[in-house]
Amino acid sequence: MNNSRRPLACFIAAAAILPMTAGLAVSQDRSNVTIGYAVSKSGANATGAGITTIPNYELWVHEVNEAGGLTLPDGSQLPIEVVEYDDRSNAQDAVRAIERLATQDNVDLILAPWGTGFNLAIAPLMDRFGYPHLAVTSVTDRAPELAQRWERSFWFIGGGADYATGLVGVLEDAREAGQINEKVALISVADGFGIELINAARPALQEAGFDLVYDVTYPVGTSDFAAMLSEAAGSGADSFVAFSYPPDSIAVTRLAQTQNYNPEIFYVGVGGAFPIFPGAVEGREEGIMSIGGVDVNSDRIVDYFERHNAFHGQDPDSWASALTYASLEMLAQSIERVGLDRDAIAAEMSSGTFDTILGDVTMEENQLRQLWLTGQWQDGRFVAIAPADRDGASEPVIPKPEWQ
Amino acid sequence: MWLQAVIAGVVLAGLAAAPFFLQAYSIGLLVGVASAAVLATAWAMFSGPTRYVSLATAAFYGVGAYVAAAAADSMAWPFVLVLAGAIGAVMALVVGLSTLRLAGIYFVIFSFGLAELVRQLITWYEVNITGTLGRYLFVDLQPRHILWQLLALFAVTIALSAWVHRGRIGLALRVIGDDEAVAAHCGINLARTKLLLFVASGTIITLTGAIMSPLWVYIEPAIVFDPTVSFMTVIMALLGGANRLWGPTLGAVPMFLVFEWLGANFPNHSLILLGLLFIAVVFLLPNGVLAGIDDLRRRRARA
Repeated sequence: MNNSRRPLACFIAAAAILPMTAGLAVSQDRSNVTIGYAVSKSGANATGAGITTIPNYELWVHEVNEAGGLTLPDGSQLPIEVVEYDDRSNAQDAVRAIERLATQDNVDLILAPWGTGFNLAIAPLMDRFGYPHLAVTSVTDRAPELAQRWERSFWFIGGGADYATGLVGVLEDAREAGQINEKVALISVADGFGIELINAARPALQEAGFDLVYDVTYPVGTSDFAAMLSEAAGSGADSFVAFSYPPDSIAVTRLAQTQNYNPEIFYVGVGGAFPIFPGAVEGREEGIMSIGGVDVNSDRIVDYFERHNAFHGQDPDSWASALTYASLEMLAQSIERVGLDRDAIAAEMSSGTFDTILGDVTMEENQLRQLWLTGQWQDGRFVAIAPADRDGASEPVIPKPEWQ
Repeated sequence: MWLQAVIAGVVLAGLAAAPFFLQAYSIGLLVGVASAAVLATAWAMFSGPTRYVSLATAAFYGVGAYVAAAAADSMAWPFVLVLAGAIGAVMALVVGLSTLRLAGIYFVIFSFGLAELVRQLITWYEVNITGTLGRYLFVDLQPRHILWQLLALFAVTIALSAWVHRGRIGLALRVIGDDEAVAAHCGINLARTKLLLFVASGTIITLTGAIMSPLWVYIEPAIVFDPTVSFMTVIMALLGGANRLWGPTLGAVPMFLVFEWLGANFPNHSLILLGLLFIAVVFLLPNGVLAGIDDLRRRRARA
């Protein structure tokens, strides 16, 4: 039957056209520096990417171009031209976008996507194509091993174990000061980062002599925390810790306000440092602790917040935003020192010292280890309180004031 | 028919040789197209003739990826694939036995819930038993290796599909799709026939997930159990025509390329344009592209 062959012909035509659509590489003239990125502009990750990653990329590109462009070792300047794609919160789309940026668009540099999974998905490609990979928003305890596996990769934000031990340090200091008892109530989300946190927190709390009187894990997407909070309130613990994700962090806080549950220490997980957090909890954020924090005594951080606010009309978040921006400053300074050779940039990133909004920064085995582990809302700002012995740390306010 | 097989073989061989001439992005594109074509064809193998709209694609696909991530450390890659296929088959068998007696909309709803069910089971297991969530998958497979595996799987899928279309079982399935009561009266063993195809389709989809898994590197339930996989597969298969041998492929290839083109050229509006495209497809080509072409030809012949 003649009819049945027609679809096959279409299939062949499609197969033949396919490689052609991918043709035509962009010709390379040196009137600018092309920087590409594929970040989640839609889908499940769009919120995180839209708060932490994209605004900083846009702000940095804007500022560099306003100042005449990226400076090269000979003092000349080249403006940045951006090539951006949407990975639709799909890791395999992200992988293809990197392939496109590297081999079709032939961009000079590629900036990282948002999120642990996405950075890990593109890491082998970045390595194969020889691009430095500033994996800023990848929270993973395995960063040391990953930095060795892909030698041009850089890890900026530590892992769950760092933040869990940072928090335990805060609790220990408070207990020694007689501000809290030895009981801790803890809930955690059953997802990658929540589990990393709780797995590290359990032994650390035990070692520090704390009694984990309530320890419950809940699935992603849980919205009713009433029973958990009642039991935590009834457990006699002075410290309440939620290793939570953004929607849960807000839900738990609002519920605690409604139930008038006001423990001496109230800690929430991801989202607690978001600029939208105070608004989401109706301005009653004073004294709440969370992951991250910024040194509010630093003029450069204050200036960075002002510039971010002027450009986007919103503060950056107080955990990964400053790290993202600092990673870009490091990139620009590397280019100024060694030019656009990607291997040289990677080598400079891993060995140089950089002047950033975080102060002087040096990578340790391709990882940023000067991290703020715990912060607290004080007078409308999310200030860093741990590690307490680091310059710029603020004094924590314990016990937490009443919900106003 | 033999001519068709030969031509298809030549084209597939050509595509298999493509990685030696193409850049990384084109290979990545081919990998994406090939996986979409396998998924759509495997889906249509069961859902086309029986008209049971299954939204379980993401469940099988995710299980394949998860099995690969869990097993890749401890065994060679071919065994990983065998294991993934076996687990997919067992899962399809269990699911099929318990649900294929459901009719119409109930089956759709159950199949959609399956991905979430499996995802929560794996999460529970990982949290309470292994204490880790999020597995790292480091295997030394390049995109071209993945492409070759996918092309081989595609060849098997199309061959199986062709056999089903032409054989007694295809006829039986079409009768079931038209009217189950009539089928039962004709002496067709409803449950066994449906189950057989559901298992074949589920196994292939699971294998696709396993083959694609090295592209993720980091695997956690939230990433691999993505409901859009289910919807995309259905839409691609319907666009081409779920009842034709080459229909799903003809839906998957252009659809995938359009998605990619939209994502690259309209990064801020790709999903809106995608939605408009879906609406256009449903209105203009309700029975798929191939049926649309036939219609057009028939109308012209009459004129």
